Amino acid sequence: MATTAETPQSGFRLGMLIYDTRYRSITIQIVVVLLCMAAAAWLIDNLFSNLADRGKDLSFSFLWNRAGYDINQTLIPYSNDDTHFRALLVGLVNTILVSVLGCIAATIIGVFVGVLRLSSNWLVARLMTVYVEIFRNVPVLLWILVAFAVFTEVTPQPRDFKVTDQMVAEGTEPAASMILFDSVAVTNRGTFIPKALYERSLGEIKIGFLPISLNTVAILAVIAASIFAFRRIRKNASDVQDRTGLRPSTWWMELLVLFVPLLALLIALGFHLERPTLGGFNFTGGILVLNSFMALWLGLTLYTAAFIGEIVRAGIAAISKGQSEAAAALGLRPRRTMSLVILPQALRVIIPPLISQYLNLTKNSSLAIAVSYMDLRGTLGGITLNQTGRELECMLLLMLIYLVISLMISGGMNVYNNSVKLKER
Amino acid sequence: MADKTTSAPFVRKEMLAPEGPPATQIGAVKWLRENLFSGPLNTLLTLAGLTTIAYLLNLALPWFLHSVWNAKTFSECREIVANTWGPDAHGACWAMIRERWNQFLFGFYPNDLYWRPVLTFLLLFVAIVPVLFREWTPRLMVAGGVVGALILWLSVAYGDAIPAGILVVILVVAGLLGRSGRKYPATLSWFTLIFPVLALWLLWGGSIWMSVAILLGFVLGGLAFRLVSPAGGLVFGATAAVLVPILWWYYGSEPFALALDRITGHGKPFWLREVRSDDFGGFVLAFVIGVSGIAASLPLGIILALGRKSDMLLVKWICVGFIEFIRGVPLITLLFTASLLLNYFLPPGTNFNIILRVIIMVTFFSAAYIAEVIRGGLAALPRGQYEAADALGLDYWKAQRLIIMPQALKISIPGIVSSFIGLFKDTTLVVFVALLDPLKGITDAVRASLDWKGIYWEPYIFVGCIFFVICFSMSRYSMHLERLLKREHR
Repeated sequence: MATTAETPQSGFRLGMLIYDTRYRSITIQIVVVLLCMAAAAWLIDNLFSNLADRGKDLSFSFLWNRAGYDINQTLIPYSNDDTHFRALLVGLVNTILVSVLGCIAATIIGVFVGVLRLSSNWLVARLMTVYVEIFRNVPVLLWILVAFAVFTEVTPQPRDFKVTDQMVAEGTEPAASMILFDSVAVTNRGTFIPKALYERSLGEIKIGFLPISLNTVAILAVIAASIFAFRRIRKNASDVQDRTGLRPSTWWMELLVLFVPLLALLIALGFHLERPTLGGFNFTGGILVLNSFMALWLGLTLYTAAFIGEIVRAGIAAISKGQSEAAAALGLRPRRTMSLVILPQALRVIIPPLISQYLNLTKNSSLAIAVSYMDLRGTLGGITLNQTGRELECMLLLMLIYLVISLMISGGMNVYNNSVKLKER
Repeated sequence: MADKTTSAPFVRKEMLAPEGPPATQIGAVKWLRENLFSGPLNTLLTLAGLTTIAYLLNLALPWFLHSVWNAKTFSECREIVANTWGPDAHGACWAMIRERWNQFLFGFYPNDLYWRPVLTFLLLFVAIVPVLFREWTPRLMVAGGVVGALILWLSVAYGDAIPAGILVVILVVAGLLGRSGRKYPATLSWFTLIFPVLALWLLWGGSIWMSVAILLGFVLGGLAFRLVSPAGGLVFGATAAVLVPILWWYYGSEPFALALDRITGHGKPFWLREVRSDDFGGFVLAFVIGVSGIAASLPLGIILALGRKSDMLLVKWICVGFIEFIRGVPLITLLFTASLLLNYFLPPGTNFNIILRVIIMVTFFSAAYIAEVIRGGLAALPRGQYEAADALGLDYWKAQRLIIMPQALKISIPGIVSSFIGLFKDTTLVVFVALLDPLKGITDAVRASLDWKGIYWEPYIFVGCIFFVICFSMSRYSMHLERLLKREHR
């Protein structure tokens, strides 16, 4: 045919690299990669010449030198004779602690706020809207600083808890009192909470450097076994229901399986709580929770809870009214409608942004610097950096660790997303 | 018969007027029953809500009622409260704001030069009009009048401080506002384009010729594109448009500015007193970082989102790597990198402005989030839109510009604006690289003085309120825009 005869032969000209769509994308990619490599080479070249100018090298061996500074909150054993690496781990554990506790508390408050915002109660719905708008539109740093000011300025001094003989004689109360059945004392030096003690302790084992309490391991194991047994009972009941149409009554078995083993173990271990008591000018016994931790935790929790509340509200509101009407038409009661129809669909909308809020909370925990809480940035990116003068290595390591944490969280989110994705054709 | 009718049972002959609904079914009582006390749970919630309100009021109301507005020091405040309301009373000391508001707004910017940031702030509104509004509404005209009046007031208040040059600039702007801006605000967009360099000159001072030289780079780039693209095609045109400005900024701009500077000297219209970056602080700093970050992160975010959706694997990987890295680390570490590490990666001896470094980092941070939001918008578009663009024979950029982006951006408006709000709130973090942000930097500076030692709540409330007003109005504007652009018929 004439048209095919007129098409040019497949001779390759240089211009085709730009004007032929078959080659153009390859050309662009090669140019972009060359530019990126040139930029990277330039940066790295600068880096080495700068390091040489200052007589430094790129080495992480400082991590195994003596740290020489104290950390005021250590969940794993640490003293100032330990290495910088150990200090890094202490900081990492502190970061994880405040993030996990913050995520849990923010989820609980956020779910309440989100549900109450949809409530038919005019007053409560308005109150929750005010809460969400106020906390969302002000920087989180302000909430952390305000919480810190509350804990250090408003809370009473330990000596205010003192009950003197004179007070007993006059029948007056001390200026401050402990809360939760006299077990928690909120003071301007920190919050004192009870400590778990075991009379017949199983002792602890060391895995590497990390001492692990066998008591905790035993308790966790028993709880896991109880939950497993609880699930089996439920499943058996469902099987029986599927076969016969009648569901056997299992609630007493469930309660038994859930609580009796745990109680038995606690009694066997001789579990009791050591309450903080006022001795002299300060509290002794119990665990001291630093004000900096409380402030950071509270600030992050309240700030993130406002966002989570909004996510929960949007998620529930996203389920169309037809779904609940259809469930009602099928004869489901309101509670079952919620658990079988609304929630499974709403969770699919809620979970992804929820996880990204967890991610934000974890990253915002680096604001610990504002209240001098010794998190990862306080140890590795703070004192270690200043002492060793190795800004480059410390910052690279810091970013790498945060990056790994973030990627792990978002990896978990992807797995979840794939498991609940609508199976579409 | 007559007897029968009279003894018949009572039959009503006329209709009764309809009864009003029972008292519990109308007005306030009905509303209360339906909205506050519709059941046991609801009643409980209402009571809990009322208790919370009462508790908060009890906590804060006396403190607010005992406010002191006139005092020189914090101890004087306490004295006044104790004298007026008794020794145990607490009271807010707003006198602190009266005394130190200029630091909260301007940081340590020189007192006699306050008109420069204020003027820049007012001109910012002129610059964003073409972006935010599509037609002149009466309300917009009123707002324009207010801004003009404020600028006039400013030039009267600081009359001797304002060099003739600025007055000329204002007159030109005002003249063009009246003339060409009559039909659409979009005709003002030339002012939006020159605003960044104008703001640079007004805020930092120095010679106007440096700003002109920067601006000239863009003009030269445009010219190069116009000249080269007819002969060499789009690719060479674009290359020239990128290369020429870079060469100009690197080699030409400084001699050019210096030469003109020598001619004009430090004469008033062309020269403003220089202000060091260390003196910036308070909300001036927050606005400088926030507004430049917002303006720069949207285009960068769009490019990153397109790169991530691109068919070209290598480009895609680079964009994914950049986005995931930035999203994976806290902003603080990026700011520390800007302040501590940047010197390692630049040629020895380079040292550039810390505010500029922070702006770059904040822009990167926000752009990565915006890229993800826009990617969501792109994914939400039906495939048919892409296919229709292909069917019309549009090339990639035309399809993006005319069909894909307008829709994708419309979908992503809420997400983009909440990224902007996040960016503006994050400007407070610059305190950790030793810049004076309004929240902690200035507050600590105020509290460090003997006069105001021990003052806690007032500065936080003051700064928090300003942040709230700005962020809340941004989110309201985005909701308004969403309604305005809504095209689906339901």
